[in-house]
Amino acid sequence: MTAGHIFAELAYWQQTGIRVAVGLSAVLLVAGALVYMHLFKAVSFMQSRLGPMEAGPYGSLQLLAEVGKHIQKEDIFPANADRFVFAAAPFVVLASTFLLVVVVPAGPDAWFVNSALGIYLGLAVSSVSVLGILMAGWGSSNKYSLLGGLRATGQLIAYELPLILAVVGVVIQAGSMNMAEIVYAQANGEIFGFGLMGNPFILTQGVAFLIFLIAMQAELAQAPFDMPVAESELVTGYMTEYSGMRFLLFFIGEFATAGVFAAVASVLFLGGWYVPGIAPDAEIMNVLGPLVMLVKIVGLTFLIFWTRFSMPRFREDQLQRVAWKFLIPIALANIVVTGVLKVTF
Amino acid sequence: MSTVSNRRQLDYIAAQAADARVNLEIETEGMTLNIGPQHPATHGTLRIVAKLDGEQVVAAEPVMGYMHRGYEKLSEVRTYPQVTTLINRIDWLGSFANEVPFILAAEQLMEVEAPPRAQWIRTLLFEMSRIANVVLFLGDMAVQVGAVTPVFFAFRDREHVLNQIEAATGGRFHPNFDRIGGLKDDLPKGWVVETKQVMKKMRSFCDEIENLVLGNEIFQARTRGIGVVPADVGLAYGLSGANIRGSGVDWDLRRDGVTGLGGLVYSELDWRVWTHPDGDSFSRFWVRLQEVREATKMIDQLLDGLPSGSIMAKVPRIIKVPAGEAFVETENPLGVMGYYVVSKGGLVPFRVKIRSASFSNMSITPWLLTGVYVPDIITILGSLYFILGDIDR
Repeated sequence: MTAGHIFAELAYWQQTGIRVAVGLSAVLLVAGALVYMHLFKAVSFMQSRLGPMEAGPYGSLQLLAEVGKHIQKEDIFPANADRFVFAAAPFVVLASTFLLVVVVPAGPDAWFVNSALGIYLGLAVSSVSVLGILMAGWGSSNKYSLLGGLRATGQLIAYELPLILAVVGVVIQAGSMNMAEIVYAQANGEIFGFGLMGNPFILTQGVAFLIFLIAMQAELAQAPFDMPVAESELVTGYMTEYSGMRFLLFFIGEFATAGVFAAVASVLFLGGWYVPGIAPDAEIMNVLGPLVMLVKIVGLTFLIFWTRFSMPRFREDQLQRVAWKFLIPIALANIVVTGVLKVTF
Repeated sequence: MSTVSNRRQLDYIAAQAADARVNLEIETEGMTLNIGPQHPATHGTLRIVAKLDGEQVVAAEPVMGYMHRGYEKLSEVRTYPQVTTLINRIDWLGSFANEVPFILAAEQLMEVEAPPRAQWIRTLLFEMSRIANVVLFLGDMAVQVGAVTPVFFAFRDREHVLNQIEAATGGRFHPNFDRIGGLKDDLPKGWVVETKQVMKKMRSFCDEIENLVLGNEIFQARTRGIGVVPADVGLAYGLSGANIRGSGVDWDLRRDGVTGLGGLVYSELDWRVWTHPDGDSFSRFWVRLQEVREATKMIDQLLDGLPSGSIMAKVPRIIKVPAGEAFVETENPLGVMGYYVVSKGGLVPFRVKIRSASFSNMSITPWLLTGVYVPDIITILGSLYFILGDIDR
């Protein structure tokens, strides 16, 4: 009797409880690991410094210290703030992240929701974060926050489109919107009769992968698309007035979203939990799968933060131009080419 | 009066009226955005009052004086050697360069000339403080445009120069090393060799910045054609230094200036003045980068040609400056800096007027910022490169 069978015999509320607990801890642990590995260490080495070294061995407990610090801080509301909107905004942003993680599978049975419309659902809920950011910008009653919130809204809406269009190519090739089906399609696919390593869609959908990465960078508001948070001019934009716990929520949300988007990208383009040599639906993959996913997530997020800390930022009119005049036409052309090839072969 | 009976015509008129009403309602008053006094992009406590229409600047006005420390007045109650301690702090990033014009003015009044070795070392430290100052700009400008990493490289490599300045003078930031008639001390042992290695490092730093920042497409998109200062406008506003050379004006006091007795020895070096015809933020950055390179070459020559001899002229122990007045200006890292010193023949100057570069460079901002977008305010301010201490004194 395996863990899967035991799980299946539990009551619905017990299953849901376990899923919520696992989802929360998975997202937060991954986010914490990304903060430590990328923000604290990898970036520090790029900038010829060591990063945190005191808290825990090699500074590994620094994040806990940060969390402790932020929890103790005063929860400040600006005098003219719309208190409810201001207070709710970080939760809306974080909620969108947790809703997105729901559709990501990490093994043949290790999923939260195995929906036939998986990726469609995921992209839909990922747009909710725009609301939270607009709420934060408007509710702060701060001019910098307002500018940041409006810039973020414009940017996120503009880059939603190339993101979705890039996914369409994958969906056409896999023939399914179910995330697990997409993984199986990559695992069982073959390139010119060579099927040993499957067919991760990064090979056939390379253009879509690049568009997805760029649009993802913009959705996360990381440099070179960090005009909404622009710390040297808007003083971190919509987050200006946030302090203490609520700032921490934004901060965690940023890294959690980066991790979750990377997870989606690894499912869509890198074969998800599949590694060559092991059947994707083998029982062992329920244990190995999450680890494989973690490696792919770390690799992809490293790309994100590498870019973030080496690039200057676009002005917002320039980044709108990149989206509408450059990414969207290429994404559309990619869809056409994929569709034609799908029909002919 | 004819009545309108045609239904189509009525609809049209109604639509026009509705349109006019909507336009009336949508017409909003602009937003006033206070950038500073506490803002990461103002390098201190500068305030820019920007009237915005959307994200476009309708009018901008710099408000200065938050950091006024009254150096001109304080100089009047200090003896001449004591003043250098004070004026060190005007442009705190290139502080040795602040001392030089004042000392030259005092020497001019006293008719003292520093011995050749002192002049050479003076020029050497002058150029080193230029590097220490401008290197930080090269990193900081990247931060203003949004790249975080280059500034860490700038801090890392500036430290080499500061170490050399400290080794020679005893002070990292505020050397207080220049004396009337010469210098406080001679160079320490081994300094020349070490400085040569540092200059090699600084040249590779310049290459790094050229690859990382200057050559970056996004950086160019953000700075090319932004904040264009035509040469005549720049001259009319009193711009100086790399800001005016970035507009194509070939004017550098190191070459064209008339420094007083015992001046600096630029005429004996082989170097050139860099200019750029565009006048935009990019060209100002480019000119500064070239000037750092040029300064490293000048320092190499100065180190090679360092004459021997004493470093102090014969000067009385208690310095009394004869009555008279002198104005000496030099090409400091930020631009032209001048001291107008009036003496009535005593231990203290009667009046010191300081012409600092950043104050004049800032005066162009209302003209320059009108019509630009909010993100460009920051890059333009960054490219004009001011130090708050140099504005407010």
